[in-house]
Amino acid sequence: MTPTDAPAPEGEGGSFDHGKTPAILIQDFNGWYGDFHALKNISLSLPEHHVTAFIGPSGCGKSTLLRWINRMNDTIASARAEGTLRMHQLDVLAPTTDVVELRRRVGIVFQKPNPFPKSIYDNVAFGVRMHMHVSKEELDGIVEWSLRRAALWDEVKDRLKASALSLSGGQQQRLCIARTIAVGPEVVLMDEPCSALDPRSTAAIEDLITELAENYTIVIVTHNMQQAARISDYTAFLYTGDVIEFGDTEKLFHSPDKKQTEDYITGRFG
Amino acid sequence: MSGPEFPMPKALSDPERAREVHRSPLQRHRTERLFRYLCVSVAASSVVLLLAFLIAIFSQGIETLTVTFLKNPPSPDTSEAGFHPAIMGSVWLLILVAAMTLPLGVATAVSLEEFKPRSRALRRILSFVQINITNLAGVPSVVYGIVGLTAFVSMFQFFGHEGSPAFESGVKYFDQFYNEADRVLLIPASGPDAPLTIATEGMEAWTPAGESVRVHVIDADGEWPEDEDLAARTLRDYDSPGRINERTWYYFRIPFGRGVLAGALTLVLVILPMMIIAAQEALRAVPNSLRDAALGLGATRWQVVRYVTLPAALPGIMTGAILAMSRAIGEAAPLLMIAGIVFISNPPGNIMDDFTAMPLQIYNWAQRPQLDFHQLAASGIIVLLVVLLVFNGIAVLIRQKYSRPLS
Repeated sequence: MTPTDAPAPEGEGGSFDHGKTPAILIQDFNGWYGDFHALKNISLSLPEHHVTAFIGPSGCGKSTLLRWINRMNDTIASARAEGTLRMHQLDVLAPTTDVVELRRRVGIVFQKPNPFPKSIYDNVAFGVRMHMHVSKEELDGIVEWSLRRAALWDEVKDRLKASALSLSGGQQQRLCIARTIAVGPEVVLMDEPCSALDPRSTAAIEDLITELAENYTIVIVTHNMQQAARISDYTAFLYTGDVIEFGDTEKLFHSPDKKQTEDYITGRFG
Repeated sequence: MSGPEFPMPKALSDPERAREVHRSPLQRHRTERLFRYLCVSVAASSVVLLLAFLIAIFSQGIETLTVTFLKNPPSPDTSEAGFHPAIMGSVWLLILVAAMTLPLGVATAVSLEEFKPRSRALRRILSFVQINITNLAGVPSVVYGIVGLTAFVSMFQFFGHEGSPAFESGVKYFDQFYNEADRVLLIPASGPDAPLTIATEGMEAWTPAGESVRVHVIDADGEWPEDEDLAARTLRDYDSPGRINERTWYYFRIPFGRGVLAGALTLVLVILPMMIIAAQEALRAVPNSLRDAALGLGATRWQVVRYVTLPAALPGIMTGAILAMSRAIGEAAPLLMIAGIVFISNPPGNIMDDFTAMPLQIYNWAQRPQLDFHQLAASGIIVLLVVLLVFNGIAVLIRQKYSRPLS
């Protein structure tokens, strides 16, 4: 089917139905930075236990949308949102929502690895200690399990008390992933997690993401289209605040519906 | 890029023109060397001045810097005079100032840096507070002396005058009789303004040893008793006592009067803006990525401060605190207003007690005409400089040992 030039009516770009249980439901979502309308009438349904990628040129709003899912944008004074954003049954945008509990259930991994200047053990244990009372044995178990799931245990098991800053970039990012899953989230957001890493670490983390998708819902923002094609099940293409197209990754990359999508994927712009 | 529309400027492409701007390489090197020597000599001249000052002070004061100097109270006899009450006074001040400045300073810095409100009105108020703090850091310390005098010493005279405080606790007043047998008899008095006790037959009194006795009164013509025990508690009917007080270590009064507490509070005013600014700088140096990481894991703002930001900023805060304390030790002007030049021969016994401090004692000696006292002043200066050097050394060590990168 040849891609059409017709502009999508507002919100239609996300009207693809994947038929799976949605972990995150976004409907008629609008976001502003002060007067700048950063996200326009977004409607997306992100499926549970799958990897969804947000792609698009710089400034299209994909990181902004990601950060609204766990309300990290609350730290920006001029950020404001309206519409519906649900994480399972939880209304994310309601002022009465417990943001602390939301962020425990929706974890986030940032672009530049940011381990705390503490030991490897204390980094992973940090979130756990804040949210629950655990005995030392339980905590040791959680730390080991998280580091194993993040494919980091074998490399650090002999030096858990060493400073996290002594690890390489790829190891630090895996530590951040371990730290995030240690608190038992349902969703893990990833904001360009590999863009600061070398190809080998990137490959290791991509394998990790595919594995984690069995138990977590992953939403990943990426500049790297090959990465999106490799690891995601569903992809949303955003451009200047609109969802242009959202669909099955393989279909979107091989036979996109919209011409804009095809132009972006083939590198004609962005 | 050059092309038909934008030809390269002639000056750039012509090698002859390029060479015009520079003189010979030799001249360039010579100018650079000259400039470097100029910079080094300016920097060296400040070191030379400092060395000259240190040598002058040392040569003047090193002789009298003996152990007796450090242990004795001051005295008009220069061979006996010592620095001890001044050192202890400074120690008391330091402890009180640290106990008040550190919590206040760090808490203010945390609330200004970490808990930025979203509403515009509150943000305006906080930026007003910030401007005030920055300005207060530059106010001459003499002004704080006057403020301290009014606010702490006499407390705007709302609570009575210095001599008769409105509230006192931890003090006992006595009327002290010296009788003809050179014995002391103490009668408790109800307060500093109570009328003096009149010698009455049979009234209860205490000896300095704590023994309770009944007073025996005889008139002017009466015969002095032979019996020693009776004589010890006999008074003439015209004997009049002196009012004395006995203050415990927990003595407290309002208004504070010219005591250590008032002095410490005034010094807190002097160094608090400095402490707040230093703590703020230390907090700002913590990268935001760490705060984001903690928030992303579901921490409240207070948890972020307590578990991530404050521990990371601690070396910087400690360095700032030590430098603020070293400033407080050396301040003379505000203490001159509070305590003045008084003869103090003991370290303070309670927080309301009169005191002296190292800078005050130095000034006291230096302004006397006799040269011997100037030597003592120089010794005092050496002690003060050593203390300051130790403080600054500790601050530098902490900075070096603990300033590891945070990301």
